[in-house]
Formats: sequence, C-alpha cells, structure tokens
Amino acid sequence: MTVNIDEMSSREMLQYYQSLLDEKARTHKKEGKPVCWSSSVAPSEIFVAMDIALCYPETHAAGIGAKHGAMDMLEYSEGRGYSNDICSYARINISYMELLKEKARTGITPEILANCPGADIPLPDLVVCTNNICNTLLKWYENLAFELDIPCIVIDVPFNHQMPVEPHRKKYIAAQIEAAIPVLEKVCGRAFDHQKFLEVQKQTRRSVEQWLKIAEMAAYKPSPLNGFDLFNYMALIVCARSTEYAEKTFRKFVAELQEKLDSGKYAFGDNEKMRFVWEGIAVWPHLAHTFKSLKQNGMLLTGSTYPSVWNLQYEPGDLESMGECYSNVYTNTCLDNRAGVLSKVATDAKCDGVVLHQNRSCKLMCFLNNDTASVVQDRTGLPYVMFDGDQTDPRNFSPAQYDTRIQSLFEMAQQNKK
Amino acid sequence: MSRITEILATFDDVAAHPRKAIDSFIQETGKGAVGFAYVYGPEEIVHAAGLLPVGMWGAHVPISKARAYLPPFACSIAQSIMELECSGVYDVLSAVVFCTPCDTLKCMSQMWRGKCPSLTFVHPQNRGLEAANIYLAQEYRNLKERLEAIIGQTISDAAITRSIAVYNANRRIMRTFSDIAADHPDIIDPLKRHAVNKARFFMDKARHTALVTELVDELNRLPKAAWKGPRIVLSGIMAEPDGFLDIFKEAGFAVVADDLAQESRQYRHDVPDASGHDDPLYRLAQWWQALDGCSLATDPSKHRGAMLIDMVSRHKADGVVMAQMKFCEPEEFDFPIIYQQLDQAGIPNLMIEVDLEANAFEQIKTRVQTFRDVLA
Ligand code: SF4
Ligand code: SF4
Repeated sequence: MTVNIDEMSSREMLQYYQSLLDEKARTHKKEGKPVCWSSSVAPSEIFVAMDIALCYPETHAAGIGAKHGAMDMLEYSEGRGYSNDICSYARINISYMELLKEKARTGITPEILANCPGADIPLPDLVVCTNNICNTLLKWYENLAFELDIPCIVIDVPFNHQMPVEPHRKKYIAAQIEAAIPVLEKVCGRAFDHQKFLEVQKQTRRSVEQWLKIAEMAAYKPSPLNGFDLFNYMALIVCARSTEYAEKTFRKFVAELQEKLDSGKYAFGDNEKMRFVWEGIAVWPHLAHTFKSLKQNGMLLTGSTYPSVWNLQYEPGDLESMGECYSNVYTNTCLDNRAGVLSKVATDAKCDGVVLHQNRSCKLMCFLNNDTASVVQDRTGLPYVMFDGDQTDPRNFSPAQYDTRIQSLFEMAQQNKK
Repeated sequence: MSRITEILATFDDVAAHPRKAIDSFIQETGKGAVGFAYVYGPEEIVHAAGLLPVGMWGAHVPISKARAYLPPFACSIAQSIMELECSGVYDVLSAVVFCTPCDTLKCMSQMWRGKCPSLTFVHPQNRGLEAANIYLAQEYRNLKERLEAIIGQTISDAAITRSIAVYNANRRIMRTFSDIAADHPDIIDPLKRHAVNKARFFMDKARHTALVTELVDELNRLPKAAWKGPRIVLSGIMAEPDGFLDIFKEAGFAVVADDLAQESRQYRHDVPDASGHDDPLYRLAQWWQALDGCSLATDPSKHRGAMLIDMVSRHKADGVVMAQMKFCEPEEFDFPIIYQQLDQAGIPNLMIEVDLEANAFEQIKTRVQTFRDVLA
C-alpha cells in the first residue's frame, strides 16, 4: 500500500508515524539491529545518529493506561514484589519487560501480554536514562538493565537549584554524552557517525521549533487549539524529535490550527468560557472523564508546561549547549524557575486559573505543587485547585472529587473576573 | 558501673538527647553546628571549620504541622524532618545542607521551613567517570564557599585534609566496632549497637572515636559470648524508632552486621588516600564514587543483593531483615531484586516497614517472632 503523507491530516500522521516507529523497532529486533528503551527526555540524537531504534517506556505505559490495560500490568508487578507506592509508569513497564522476557524464554506469549492493548514493542538491547524529569527513572532503568543484563547508559543531569545551569555541570553532562559514544559503537559494531550526529541535532532543533509553535496557537482568544491535544501530539516530540516525523506532523498541525483560526473555527466554538493551565501529566485511564467535566463548563486547556519540557533549542555541534538544554528542562529546575515558567504560560495563554494534578505516582511533580501554585497566585492573581490522581493507576483518581474541584475553580475564576 | 556500661550510657544519652549534645558542644567550643539533611554529605568541610556537623535523620515524633506541606505518601523520614523544621528544632543550627539523591529530597531541599540558611549540592549519579569526580569536587567547592560566607571564616585545604584523617579514623574504628559487637551480642544488643552508631551524628568525631576505641579495647578483653539466638543482617535506610529494634532485642536477636544508610554505609569505606590528588574535595568526591550497594547511588549492576549475601556468609548470619522506610521509592525498587537473590541463595529474609512515627508494634512483633521460629 502506498502512503501519501501529504494527504494525511496531522492526526493521521501522528498515528502513522507512531506505528512506523514501533514497526522499525520490531524490524530491528528481527534483523539483529539494536533497540534501545529510552526515558522521555534523553539525548536521542546520539542513538538516531547510529540508527538505533528507540522505544519510550513512559509513552508506551501511557498508551496502555489510556486503553484501559493498566490494571493487569499493575497487579502483575505487585505480584513480583513491586510496591504500589512506585510510579505506575515504572510498574507497568517493568511488568511489560518481565512478560516479554518470559515470552522470549518459553516461546509462549503470556496471557496478560496477549491481552495488553499497548503497542507491541520488542525487548531492548540497551537502555538510556536521563534524570531530568525525576530520579525515579534511575532506579527503574537500573532494574531494567539488571533484569535483562544489558548496558545502561546514564546521562545524569544534576538538579538545578539555581539557574542558569552552572559551567561545571555542563561539562559533566557533555563528558557523559562523549562517554556514551564508545558504548554505542560497541553495541552497533561500527564507528560513530559524527556527520549524521550533526544533521540529527539540526533536525531536533527544527522539530522543537515546530513543537513550540503549536503551543503559541493557544495564545489566541478564543483558541483554535484544545490543549488536551498536546497530550497526544506529545508522543512525537518524545519519540521522534530527532527524525523528520515530528517536524512534519507538527508543521501540518500548526497549518491546520491556522486554518481553523482564519475561518473562526475555535476549539470550543463559541463556548469558550474560561481558559486554564493544566500542570502535570494527564490522567490517562480517565482522560475522557477529565476532559468532559471541563468541556461541560466551557473550560479550555490553553496553558501547558509540556512545550517547555522539550524546549531543546541548543546550538548543534556544541555538546555543552546540548547538555545545558537537557538539563534545564522545567522539571529539573528550582521552584522559582518552575513558578516563573507556569506564570508565563498562564499569562501567554491568557488563562483564568490553574489546575494541578496531585499525582500519586510522581513525587517530584507533586510535592512542590502547593508551594509553586501559591507563588504563581502571588505573581498572577490566578486561582488554583489541585485534584488527586495518577497518570496510569486508575485506582488513585476520584471522579467526584475531580468534578468538585473543577467546579470550584470555575466559580473562583468567575468571581475573579467580576 | 563497668567502663563498658559507662561508655554505652554516654552514647545512649547522646543518641537520645541530640539537642543536649549540640548545646554542650556549642557551649564548650563557642562554635556553631551545621545540619546535614541527610544521607551523605561532606561533613569533613564543616568539621574543618571547627563546627559540629549534625545528622538530620528525623525523630520519633507525631506528625501534625508537616501535613500542611507534604502529602501523606511522602516518606516517613521526610515527614519527620519537616515536622522538626516546623517545630523550630533545627533553629539552633547555623546552616543546613541538603543533598538530593531522590525526588523527595529534591523537593524537601526547596521547602525548608527552618530559620537558618539552607544550602544544597547534588551528587553525580553517573558513577564511573572521572568527569563525575571533577564535577562533585566543584559542587563541594561551591558549598564550601557558601558555608564560609555564612560562618564568616575561611576553611583551608589543610584543615579539610586533617578532618578527612579524623573521619577516616572514625570510620576504621566503627568497622572494627561493628565486627566486635557481633561477638558480644549479650552486651551490645541491637539498641546499644544503634546508639553507638547514632551518636556519631551529634558528637565531635575525635571524641566519638576515642570512646569507641576504648569500648573496643574493653570488649576485646572479654571472651566471645556463647550466643544461642538468631543472628541477622539489617538493611535499609535506618532502623528506628527504638521500638523497632527493641522487638529484636526482646526476641533475642543479635544484629551482627548492617547495611543501613544511617549506620555502616557511612563508614564501610574510607575517603581514599591523597595519592596523586592533593585536593581534599576531590578525595571526598572519590568517596561518593566508591560507595557501593546503596539504593541512592545509581548502580545498574544492582550489587547490593550480592553484597548482602556476602555479609551473611562473612558474619555467619542466619537471615536478613529489610527495614523498609515507608514510602521510600529508591528502596522499593531494590527490594524485589534483593528478595529474588536472597531466596535463590537460600537466605531467610523478612521485610518490615519502618515508620518513624509508629507507636504500636504488635503486628511487627508477631512477624518477628514467626521469623525467629523460621530461623530456629
Ligand atoms: S511520572 Fe513522575 S516519577 Fe514517573 S517517570 Fe514520570 S516524572 Fe518520573
Ligand atoms: S527515605 Fe527514601 S524517599 Fe525518603 S528522603 Fe530518604 S531516600 Fe528519599
């Protein structure tokens, strides 16, 4: 079947490229070429330069959660001694790895794996972990590498208690990227391709530019962009930013949004009553519910911090500049910077309030929510609410509590406008 | 009172009343104290300035004020430290130093509710590279400069080098003590063993070393105890509150070695020699890189399990007790693999949740008694 990309909508492109990436990983596996599992904001550039297929456990686990397949995986990991307290992405992925391992050992597909609604991805030959979103990843990837007896590349980006990233930190990160190269050469059995590396860096930068443009569309009031869509399109900034897939898809999406804007077709039609910032990961197993309650109130998500997580605008060819960008990812920076980013997002996206996901899975993203939100409130005057949830453990979310909190934010925002 | 009893009583007193120990240090020396919150910090830098480095490992206190700042699923030690912050317990300190090996500490280091200044540094988690040592030495240098500004005095390399020697001497005698204590569980019961360890965090190191040396000498004079009870290795972040170890004491257990962050992980290896490196801060960085088998120091080879198995055989232990700090994610990731390894090696093991706030231990008691029956 011939595929005509040009005729596809951005949403079709998103799905097509995602399946193409998974297909590539499976083909690599079959042909004995390396497959790497990667954390969501690790330097993909060096892997893509070596044509190593990349799979992304967080995105993969999110997919399983969104398709209501999380419970089986979570129960399986509990049965293996993993505490319920651990990040549910990690629990799901470690289960998936164990099940693939069992399949490889016995030749029989375990029932839970057969029923898993997530994408079919192969076992990795190596893993790479960058702790710019959390240190949980370090422990999770340790376990993957140990259980599979494969190399674990750690690109450690020390938490930034002050900004900008200090010079000795940039040097340390650059040295780690350099040290990873011989590992890749060994896995691939050939010399590192520096020319391709440079091209891939330039590509990454182009992808990021388009990614940031999408978010800019939310500045229009009313907005043609429904911020919930970023949760989906994010898959490509995670999985394909170092290829042209992401750039092309985002370019198309921006064009579609521009067209909507020009023809007055806004995300919520003429029902955009309130705009808000969503802080935190989506509640994948309850995505529909979380969206519906908001929509009923005419509350449109326009402010997202996701753009700033992949704000990787470094100077191609400069490893320290690249290291700095991977380090100053929003989640790896101090409260002051975090509050600054949130306040700017809220202002740029003309928001009337802030919703914070108090994520049971994610200590890093929620212990500071209270402190951050009150700084944002001081700076912007915007009201905020927090709700209890979990990105992929469906048991940790209460629809009733969520609805009440959303309703109260709506009322506070109305009050504020008067 | 025998000399042994006297020395143990001193350690007990210091461990039970840290504030008293800190106050008397300040009174005697006219110098201040700096808190380390917590796990692994370059205490030698503070020691070199003549100040008292103090370990902040929470306490057995009810949690109330901390609830306003931390959700219920923050680990027990974070809750406890936050409670003490809010209660003004740390206000006697001149500064506190946070390291951030886990996500909880990344957050805690930014929510400081005490009165004195709080400082931070970040350990490298890529632990094989020379670049990691260079990076950490610079982190320590920055930390040192900020400390100097707070305490109003400079800290020389020579002084830090001397403090490293003082600390290494303490590490050596603590290793010796840990081994000898295993031969005398009738005298050094689990609680006393813990008090000797805990007192390290609130006493001048040289004084601690002198007392432990004396204790070791006294113990050396005695014949080894003929011990009938089960011998265990403890692993985890820490084994508190005292009610926890009391159960083991009452059930006739001997702690013959530990892999606790609060205890032997602090001293199971020395800060390396100066060979080739005159910079004491670089040597302190090398200590971190050499730290093995700790859930907070990234290790894709997961050496901790093998290390525990080795400890069991070296110390002729009957089993391993994993003291699992409530809601500590780094530890929770290690346990499933360690269980597998211990089971494969045929080593009985028991996991007990550590909650610094706990007052009721009935359930734990029952499990410990059952475990004793398994080991018998
Ligand atoms: S949800 Fe939080 S803890 Fe889990 S991988 Fe993401 S950032 Fe880390
Ligand atoms: S107990 Fe665990 S989670 Fe808590 S601060 Fe210590 S290492 Fe972090």
